[in-house]
Amino acid sequence: MTRPIRPYGDTQDDGKVQLSFTLPMEWSEAADEAARRLVTNMGFGDVQVAEGRAIASGFSFFVLYAATSQAIDADTISASSAGGHAMTMEEIDAFVRDRIGRKVRVAGACIGTDAHTVGIDAILNMKGYKGDYGLERYREFETFNLGSQVAVEELVRFTREHRVDALLASQAVTQKGSDIANFTQLSELLEAERIRDNVVLVCGGPRVTNRMASELGYDAGFGRGTLPSQVAAFIAVTLAERLRQGRPHW
Amino acid sequence: MELQIDRRGVERCRQLAVAIVEPVERFIAAHSTLSVERALLRLLGVDGINSQEVPLPNAVVDALPVVQRGRGVAIAFGRALAETGLEPPQLGEALGERRLALEAFADTPEAAARGALAPHVARALERIGAQRAERNARLARLPQLPPPLLYVIVASGNIYEDRTAAVAAAEAGAQVIAVIRSTGQSLLDFVPYGPTTEGFGGTYATQANFAIMREALDEVSERLGRYVMLTNYASGLCMPEIAAMAAIERLDMLLNDSMYGILFRDINMRRTFVDQHFSRMLNACSGIIINTGEDNYLTTADAVEQAPAVLASQFINEEFAHRAGLPDRQIGLGDAYEIDPDREDSFLYQVAQAQLAREIFPNAPLKYMPPTKHMTGDIFKGHLIDALFNLTSVMTHQQIHLCGMPTEAIHTPFLGDRALSLENARYVMNSARHFGDEVVLRPGGIVERRAAGVLASCEALLERVAAIGLMGAIEAAVFADVSRTPEGGRGYDGVFARAAEYWNPFEAALRACNPTERSLLDTPA
Repeated sequence: MTRPIRPYGDTQDDGKVQLSFTLPMEWSEAADEAARRLVTNMGFGDVQVAEGRAIASGFSFFVLYAATSQAIDADTISASSAGGHAMTMEEIDAFVRDRIGRKVRVAGACIGTDAHTVGIDAILNMKGYKGDYGLERYREFETFNLGSQVAVEELVRFTREHRVDALLASQAVTQKGSDIANFTQLSELLEAERIRDNVVLVCGGPRVTNRMASELGYDAGFGRGTLPSQVAAFIAVTLAERLRQGRPHW
Repeated sequence: MELQIDRRGVERCRQLAVAIVEPVERFIAAHSTLSVERALLRLLGVDGINSQEVPLPNAVVDALPVVQRGRGVAIAFGRALAETGLEPPQLGEALGERRLALEAFADTPEAAARGALAPHVARALERIGAQRAERNARLARLPQLPPPLLYVIVASGNIYEDRTAAVAAAEAGAQVIAVIRSTGQSLLDFVPYGPTTEGFGGTYATQANFAIMREALDEVSERLGRYVMLTNYASGLCMPEIAAMAAIERLDMLLNDSMYGILFRDINMRRTFVDQHFSRMLNACSGIIINTGEDNYLTTADAVEQAPAVLASQFINEEFAHRAGLPDRQIGLGDAYEIDPDREDSFLYQVAQAQLAREIFPNAPLKYMPPTKHMTGDIFKGHLIDALFNLTSVMTHQQIHLCGMPTEAIHTPFLGDRALSLENARYVMNSARHFGDEVVLRPGGIVERRAAGVLASCEALLERVAAIGLMGAIEAAVFADVSRTPEGGRGYDGVFARAAEYWNPFEAALRACNPTERSLLDTPA
């Protein structure tokens, strides 16, 4: 039997949450009351303004605790994950040798005007991330890190010229949906050029989820905390499966 | 707190930096770039856009026949000034709209051209000098709080929202406001025009945006009784032009690194070397403090391994800056708090690196950058890491302190995030104001050994760079594991050799400009 769950403060089902926000008004007791009522209007009960103070003229900052009566049946929730194939670098290299029989060509870039390479570098650079080596270190991967601010057209041209097996597009800047726009542009251009099925198409970034990636026409999406081996394993397994099915490739 | 460091090693590093920079300086002296020429026009007063929305400095330089480029735009522009009797803004417009052509005045004697330009060059220098004097007067009347100067960024994309955020941040304790540029602006080979309200990850650097922000900060400075500084970014394809605009609009600091664009933006190395030189000459005369970008070595690779590269880059940046006439008090050398927080004694390593820079560059206002690489969505842990960063900064006497945001890995800062960050910095720095003066480092201890190791590795790295030359070293991926070729990268087609007749009237004028400024280090503690 499962039952819905609520946020846990110090007692089962107390529903306690913490909130903090800024209101564009001078601080006063009335500002505290405005914050309290705002949170009450959000549907919370037992609202306590733990802290309210001026942070600039015309702006006040609040910390509140409140209780929600909402609950969620967690067993009905699923989120797809692309990081399911847990293998070490050595295992992945061995897998590629056995099932693919040649080096896998991987290209990655920060697309559009995004200059923040921290994500793509963590996955591709030899050094890797959190002690997990990057793809450049894999014997069976040939890796091209195209760096930052790579135009989508250029990436597609590179993909064709180098017969890239797996394409990693990274976006750290998310202001005003620029990440979605760039990811979409890439998948659409690959479709238009009729090479979408030739690549394992992967996107990554701090706000990327696998669900969002599949909605944008990608094979997988990797968010914050992703280890290089998770990406490498996904590429290897997906590519091997495609080749086994005899699907068209380069 | 004082490290026992190998002073002979430091001397040797400085000599190596001289040897590394010298050949590049010879290249710089023999070349100019389109952006240097455009900056010169901006200083003369050419501004605005033509009917095709091309900035007039671009339109005028592009109108110069390529065969004449080697002589520079100044002589041709001066000839047209002499013949038409127009003022530079009107002449710029006429040339930019192709109502006039520079070739039409080819027969005008060079002396007439020089004579026609002279008063405008003098006026530009007066304008720069007046803004410098204005800053000094305001700093004297509205003294800043003691360093580390608390520096925060605004980055909404809309200059008017940025203005609101900047004023709020100043009221919450910020002493320096930097307007982050829209991502990608560094790769534009022109400077956008007018006030802007759309940008990604930042707001376009335009002269109008500079003026809007300067006015707002001047106003809040009066109200708070302390001068609030304004910062922007010179890096990219338009370093000299941004430096010219910053001089005119009284910015106080500019991000200006001698190699950042090459390594991290794939801008051609020759272009960058020539551009950084002229932009820094302008910064020197304007009294603008440059901020160098060593933090980038640490965010893109392992911070412990990259420490010697940071120090090597600081030596190289210092030498390039000196060559452009920048005094130590205007050289904000960079460093960052980027060591993995899970590493044992990471705090001691950070202190070692920060204190090492403090002792090697005693008169430079060091720029200390916050943790970014190891910041996650966990804002509570992030706030704690920032607290240790703040402690390191105050105990090692850094001067320019970019406040870390608890929401670093999540979004461009909210107004409330900045206030929390500034409270964190003020609390820690006030509590530990004189901590560094009270501590004696254990001789031969972890901090001293680490500092000695970094210095020794830096010397070895500089030896290697000196042996193959700076351009060769960049090609060999000595810096940041990135390889760039002398002809590769963006903007190479905008570099050209100077003909024997080349003339840039501002070079001599800027060399003669010798401002005496207050130093950040003079600020009463």
